[in-house]
Formats: sequence, structure tokens, C-alpha cells
Amino acid sequence: MSAPLLRVENVGKRFGGFIALEGINLDVANGERLGLIGPNGSGKSTLVNCLCGTLRNEIGRVSFEGRALDGLPAHQRTRLGMARSFQLPRPFTSLSVAENLRVPLLYTVKARSGITHAGADLDARCHDLLALVGLESKATKRPRDLTQVEMRKLELARAMASDPKLLIADEAMAGLSQSEVNDIVALLIRMNERGVTIVLIEHIMSAVMSFSQRLVVLVSGRKIADGKPDDVIRDAEVERAYLGQ
Amino acid sequence: MRTPVFIVASLIVAAVVYGLARLAGNDYVFFAGYVILQFVVLATAWNILGGYCGYVNFGSAAFFALGAYTTVALVKLPNLAAKYLPEGLASVIAAAVPPPIPVLMLAGGVIAGLVGLGTGYLTLRLRGVFFAIATLALAVVLQTLIVNWDYVGGSRGAYVIRPQVHALTGINYVEYLFVMMLLLSVTALTVARAIERSQLGYGFATIRDDELAAEASGVPTLRLKLVATTISGALMGMAGAPFPYYIGYLEPASAFGLAYAVNSIAMPMIGGTTSWVGPLLGALLLGTLQQIATVTISSAVSLLLVGLLLVAFVVIAPNGLLGLFDKLRQRIGAARASGGNARTGAA
Ligand SMILES: Nc1ncnc2c1ncn2[C@@H]1O[C@H](COP(=O)(O)OP(=O)(O)OP(=O)(O)O)[C@@H](O)[C@H]1O
Ligand SMILES: [Mg+2]
Repeated sequence: MSAPLLRVENVGKRFGGFIALEGINLDVANGERLGLIGPNGSGKSTLVNCLCGTLRNEIGRVSFEGRALDGLPAHQRTRLGMARSFQLPRPFTSLSVAENLRVPLLYTVKARSGITHAGADLDARCHDLLALVGLESKATKRPRDLTQVEMRKLELARAMASDPKLLIADEAMAGLSQSEVNDIVALLIRMNERGVTIVLIEHIMSAVMSFSQRLVVLVSGRKIADGKPDDVIRDAEVERAYLGQ
Repeated sequence: MRTPVFIVASLIVAAVVYGLARLAGNDYVFFAGYVILQFVVLATAWNILGGYCGYVNFGSAAFFALGAYTTVALVKLPNLAAKYLPEGLASVIAAAVPPPIPVLMLAGGVIAGLVGLGTGYLTLRLRGVFFAIATLALAVVLQTLIVNWDYVGGSRGAYVIRPQVHALTGINYVEYLFVMMLLLSVTALTVARAIERSQLGYGFATIRDDELAAEASGVPTLRLKLVATTISGALMGMAGAPFPYYIGYLEPASAFGLAYAVNSIAMPMIGGTTSWVGPLLGALLLGTLQQIATVTISSAVSLLLVGLLLVAFVVIAPNGLLGLFDKLRQRIGAARASGGNARTGAA
């Protein structure tokens, strides 16, 4: 067995007296497609924030490629190869859509490789990414001119632009039409086939089930199930957690 | 335009400005022009942190004063040396003082840049209003320190004797100071413009827009913030360095004057904060207006004018003159497009 790409050990997070995460253990293998589900407020986004350094978890440890990430700032985790999209898109509002993608290209891909990409090369990569999510025609637009759906696509494209080893997509598909959901799932699977490990957080069950090779369920800040999607979905506790809502 | 081309172009513009000022044949032009150029530098420096990164600095006067007081400290060095150092060493220092204005600018820039770095470090995790308050507090603390520092004159202030003419060139000293400030303006504008077009400029913009998203995209936000506070502080200090020579008698109240803090915020806001052109426009416009108001009415009224204009712009044109121009251009573009359609429709 090779070491996992991402290892989460006993991670806990509190907001004041409120326990948002408790005793989370999770290994994500290299090349895996993992689905992460749970009711609203169960701590999924909080877990992503702790993994990516947006929040500090007081308890537990996160390691990436065998390296402990304790206290490492978010931008360094991104440079190591972890990328995330935000649940509520957070575009750079004063930059154009293409420039939004330039930021991770400049600050992650370029910083990581040490290669000074020629401007034309960066432009080409921007264009490829925009084509990938179907935003080519919006390249010069400002984020405020995008629809909610386009904003989500931009958010996902920006995470992809950092050329990650691990991509965590936090509800990238909310509000998308069925065919758009299918497109994004197909896109994520294609990325995965190129070697990117992907964690997908999603409420749309059809997307989760068609995407995931493994499914993890969070309820009230605890992991209550972890296994093959079909088995997990039949799990009595999971059913209770969802139907009990 | 590439940076070297820009430098050459702006040096030509500076030469023309200097030539026109000479043609006026009146020293007052240099006196007034110096103040306006000083504001060009201050506004440009403020905008690097305030406009590009979105961190509002209320303490511009402190950085300006640091530059001015670095000069006072250096100019008074021979007194100190005569008291504490052996005669030989003291005479060497006496011979080297006062250093030429460019050296004083560098020294003031280094000191103010270091304080900028320190300020950035202490306020790394402060945002918005809290950062602004911290910079205000810094100004108060520094002013208190200076007021109680006898060596640089304390609350009494310090005299710095301005020579009649600049020895090397033989021109009137105020004219020489004007030229120095003109060159510093070119430097500041070049730095600001180069930042805007570089990777650093993208980084600063992401800090202004969304720091969490910036970090997630690999931008080292804390480090970039330090870069911004250092560059911005250093340029403000450089602007302050020649000031003791200009004014002749420097007291804390004038070095830490309200006019510096207010103007260095108002000028970029009125000109537009997104590009180096904004602070330049704002400083030229407001600086000239104030010079006129100071002469014709009073300096208190001229500051009032700035306040009123700032309020007006914040309400009517929050993106400054540049924003107004943009809107105008879009309107004209739209009008042209619809005009064109109407014509094709008719045909
Ligand atoms: N910064 C914060 N301060 C205080 N409480 C927070 C903070 N962030 C999240 N919480 C709380 O932590 C809990 C978990 O929130 P989180 O956003 O992680 O849930 P989630 O599983 O992502 O939910 P959703 O499916 O709605 O996105 C919620 O009760 C939320 O109110
Ligand atoms: Mg969430």
C-alpha cells in the first residue's frame, strides 16, 4: 500500500462553544474520486477550510503527500498541490474572467515550477481552461456580468488553474441544470483520469453517485460512514440522518 | 509602453514642465510647484497601499514626517559629533554634512520604508477600519516621540538653513528642490505603473478583492502586504526628506500636518484609485486648487475645499475622475453603436 495523498487524523474544530468538527479521520488515496456528503451545517465546508488552511483546526493533524501541514498558510498548501473551490463563489471582482485564472497561473503554477512562462503561454492556458468550462466568450467580462451558474464555473476553473494534485470542489454544481451537472461531472472525471485526485462535496445525489468511487458521510461534525457508495447509501444510520432532518 | 520607454517619456514631460516653469520667470512658481509635486508623490505612494491593496492609511503624515526628521537628524549630526567624538572624526562628519538632497531622500526613504515594514508587520492581520485606526495611532505615537526628542528640536522645532543657491548648478535653491521633487515624482509614478503591470499588481488586486480567495490561489497575501506597506512608506519618506530645506523651520505640527493625511487620501480618491493616472490627476487638480485658495483666501479654507470635494466625489463619483471618464467613454460607445444600428435599420 502506498501512503495516502491526504491524511486527516483526529481533526476537530470549534467555533466558540460550538463543536463544528470532532475526531475526523480520513485518508484519501492518490487518484481517488471521493464523494463527501452530509446535511446542511454538518461541517463539510468547515472540513475543507481546515484542510486547505483557510481555518486553523485546533485539534488533529492534516498531512499531504506524507508531509504534516500544521500551521502552513493556505497559499503554500495551494502551491503544494491542494486546490479548492468556494461554496459561495469568491471571484476577484476587479479582474476580468481571464485575469481571474491568471492569478493561480502566476502565483501557483509559475511559482511552483520556477519557469517564467511567456505571456502567450499563460494566455493559451487561460484560454484552455475557459474552453474547458465553456466560458470562452466571457474572457474579458467582469465577474459581476456573469450569471450565478457562470460564476460557479469560474470558481471551479480557477481552482483547476493551479494545476492541483488534489481538487476539492465544494458544491460546485448547485443551481446548475441537469445537463450542466452532467458536463461538470464528466469534466471532473476527465481530470481524474489525467491523475488529479478529487473530493466532491455535493447535495445533488445523482451527481455524487455517478462520480464517486467512495463515499464519506458527515453528520453534526462527525464522520458516520465511509465506504462504497452503494453500501453507504443503504446504511441505516445514514438513512436516519437524512430522513430524520 | 514598456517601462524604459515610459521613463524616457515622463522625463521629457518633466523637462517640459521645468522649462515652462522657468519661462514664467517667477520663483513663486517653483514654491507652489514644489508643494503640488510633493502631493503627486504622496498620493501615488498612498495609492500603492490604499488603491491597489485596499488598505486605507490614515498615517501618511507620519511617514512624510519621518523623511523630514531623518533630514533634520542628519543635518544636526555635526553638533552631536563635536560633543561626543574625537576631533578628527567629528571634522570628517562635519565635512560630509549636509549630504546632497538625493542622499537625504534615500535616507528618509530607508527609514520610512523600515517603519512601513514594521507597521505592516504589526498590523498584518488587521483589515478595514481596524487597519486605518492602527495607522492613525502610529501617527500619534510617532508625533509624541518626535515632540519629546530634543536632538531634532522637540516641540520647539528645528531650523535648517536653506542656501540661497545650489552650489553645483548655481540655480536658486528652491528651483533645485523643485527639480528634485519633479524627479522623485517621475520615480514614484514609474514604480506605481510598473507594479500595476506586473505579477505584483495582480497580487495586490486580489488582496483588495478577496484575501481568502487570493490565498487559495497561491497568493502570499501577508508578504505582499508587507511589500506594499514598505514601498508606500518609503516613497512618502522620500517626499518628506527635502521638506526641512523647503520650509526652513520644521516643527512637529507642520511635519505631521493634517493636510498630508487628508490630501494623500483625497487626491487618489478624487482622481481614481485603480491606476497610477488617478493620483496624478487628483494631486495636480487638488494641489493647484489649494495653492490658489491658500494665496487668495487662506490655508484653512483650502483644506476645507479638499474635504468638500472629497465628500462630493465619494457621493457622486465613487470611482473618481477615472471612473467618470470610463463611464463617459462607455456612453459615447453605446451612443455610437445605437446610432450605427439606427442607420442600418433605416437602410
Ligand atoms: N466562521 C464560523 N463561525 C461560527 N460558526 C460557523 C462558522 N463557519 C461555520 N459555522 C457553523 O459550523 C457548522 C458547519 O458549517 P459548514 O459550513 O461546515 O456546513 P456544511 O456541511 O458545509 O453545510 P452546507 O451543506 O450548508 O454547505 C454550521 O452550523 C455553521 O453555522
Ligand atoms: Mg458547505
